[in-house]
Amino acid sequence: MNNHLLSVDNLVKYFPIRVGFFQRPIGNVRSVDGVSFNVNKGEMFGLVGESGSGKSTIGKILVKIYNPTEGTVLFKGRDITKLTKEDLGFFKKEVQIVFQDPKSSLNPRRSIKSTLEDPLIVHRIAKNERDRERIIRNLLQMVELSPNYMYKYPSSLSGGQRQRVAIARALTVNPSFIILDEPTSALDVSVQAKIIHLLQGLQREFNLSYLFISHDLSLVRTMARQTAVMYLGKIYEIAPTERLFSMPLHPYTRTLISSVPVVFKEEQQAKPTKQSWGGEIPSPVNPPSGCAFHPRCSLADDICSQQLPDLVEVMRDHFVRCHHVSFNMQSVK
Amino acid sequence: MKNKYILEIRDLHVHFRVYEGISRVIDGVFLYIKKGERVGLVGETGCGKTVTIKTVMGILKIPPAIIPSGEVFLDGQDILRMSQKKLLQIKGTEISMIFQDPMNALNPVFSIGEQFYDVIRFAQQRFSNDEKLSRKGIRNKMISALEEVRLPDPERIINNYSLELSGGMRQRVLIAMALVNNPKLLIADEPGTALDVTIQAQILDLMNKLVKTKGISVLLVTHNLGVIRETTERVYIMYGGQVVETAPTNVFFENPKHPYTQGLISSVPRFTGGEFAKGIPGTIPDYIKAPSGCRFHPRCNYAMPICSQKKPLLTMLESGHYVACYIYTGQEDQNE
Repeated sequence: MNNHLLSVDNLVKYFPIRVGFFQRPIGNVRSVDGVSFNVNKGEMFGLVGESGSGKSTIGKILVKIYNPTEGTVLFKGRDITKLTKEDLGFFKKEVQIVFQDPKSSLNPRRSIKSTLEDPLIVHRIAKNERDRERIIRNLLQMVELSPNYMYKYPSSLSGGQRQRVAIARALTVNPSFIILDEPTSALDVSVQAKIIHLLQGLQREFNLSYLFISHDLSLVRTMARQTAVMYLGKIYEIAPTERLFSMPLHPYTRTLISSVPVVFKEEQQAKPTKQSWGGEIPSPVNPPSGCAFHPRCSLADDICSQQLPDLVEVMRDHFVRCHHVSFNMQSVK
Repeated sequence: MKNKYILEIRDLHVHFRVYEGISRVIDGVFLYIKKGERVGLVGETGCGKTVTIKTVMGILKIPPAIIPSGEVFLDGQDILRMSQKKLLQIKGTEISMIFQDPMNALNPVFSIGEQFYDVIRFAQQRFSNDEKLSRKGIRNKMISALEEVRLPDPERIINNYSLELSGGMRQRVLIAMALVNNPKLLIADEPGTALDVTIQAQILDLMNKLVKTKGISVLLVTHNLGVIRETTERVYIMYGGQVVETAPTNVFFENPKHPYTQGLISSVPRFTGGEFAKGIPGTIPDYIKAPSGCRFHPRCNYAMPICSQKKPLLTMLESGHYVACYIYTGQEDQNE
């Protein structure tokens, strides 16, 4: 029945705020607050949202850097929060992550070779030194770096090259699922284009699945098949990417897309109208009641501030969390 | 009118003396900004954008920097040959700057009001004693400036510290500070990059409206081409310490000429979809052993023998559109 590679159900992560000598908790940062989505095999799933929306926290939960407060994460049918020690080894071979800033995610005191070697040793992939070196050579070629780079240190590489090494490190264990947490936001556009091209090529070659976390909407448009829009720890709209951009329904999605400074004329024409009064993102410690976007929303009325709307499927595969949109769509039907 | 241009940079060269030798970072930059014009300066990391604006602001550290040749005029006054005292008067009054990261541009140990007060009082030094504003006058000026950037409750904000404000609010405070003395030129170094897109859109919108009503010229430095399209009238593209192309913004995006510019524009992902470009092969040059001639030639698909021998000069293609590339100029008629 269920052929999803990854399925996240009602994921919740609260970070307690502690004060004083006894570290008394006085509240929670509701970083992720009830998120559900599925990723199919060989699919690229996009997760967009502004800072503080909880998208990176989800990425970190998925590689078990954090444990969720509530909810389940099924990877290949197994709950990753309740893995046995043997299963954990399997899981870490299957799921890898590429971080945002290659400068701080690579150890400056280790050569590229020693960085790439570790996973091979831990997971007993290569038998001996020579075998490891052969694999590393292949890996570097895969990310379009010369094999000589294995003797270099991160400090002598450029940003784009470092990110290639970070991608190679994720590929060492031959994973089936890679989490890309803003992999190109620290890079220039021409370098970004090259990295994205590489990632797309690798995806086709190895039938990888990606969770692509980004705040750059145009980039998600080119990368992902499905996209979820997050705001203050909740998904407010989830749809096939093309539909999301050609027909955004939630006022927040519309505001977000119309805020992107664009380069081309056809993009300018394709922009939806803004549906926001401006204003800033509220604090996740004390989110607004009801729909979290209502203080900034130009459609908001009484019900929005009282009741949290459900994530409703308004069209096939297109889910929206908005009182007004789902009401309108139902009356059309 | 005596000076048509508020800022003129003519053939600027900036070198740095480093351990390995001399790093020729800026290699002949020309840049002109008319009065009231909003100009964008685009380029990728390490192309010399920041060094250029630091030179203009007079905050470049000399040494290690050396300026072997070049001229920078701000409204007819030669900045490079100005006394330190004069330069200090110009900074913050005739020319002001908004920095990239609003988190670090404000001092966390002074309240917003204290910092703002200094900015206004500093500009008052030029006036005689009767023209100077009183403490109360400065305070009123401060509050009206904060109202102008649409900050709610400015009376409260002047007693706040920067840590108590959000990123968007801090950037608004910085814009208010930069514009309070009615400068002639505003240099904005990636004013929205550190902020979220919805906040960035608000900030850019606000900045645009304010400079338009006040008639301030703007030099917007960024690597985000979308921001350039939405806020400027003319664009300069830098690569490897040289200006490779300049054009009115709409012409530039319709019809980019230089191979580097074409590669750069096609690298931008579009939200309307479509085929995604491969980016530009190679990496940015090493400034100690910079490529001879056109600095882009090792990465260029159209490189000809002359490209590595002689530096191409900016040549006019059509009104206002200049390109430094031999494809368009031919090899013989090389003149300004």
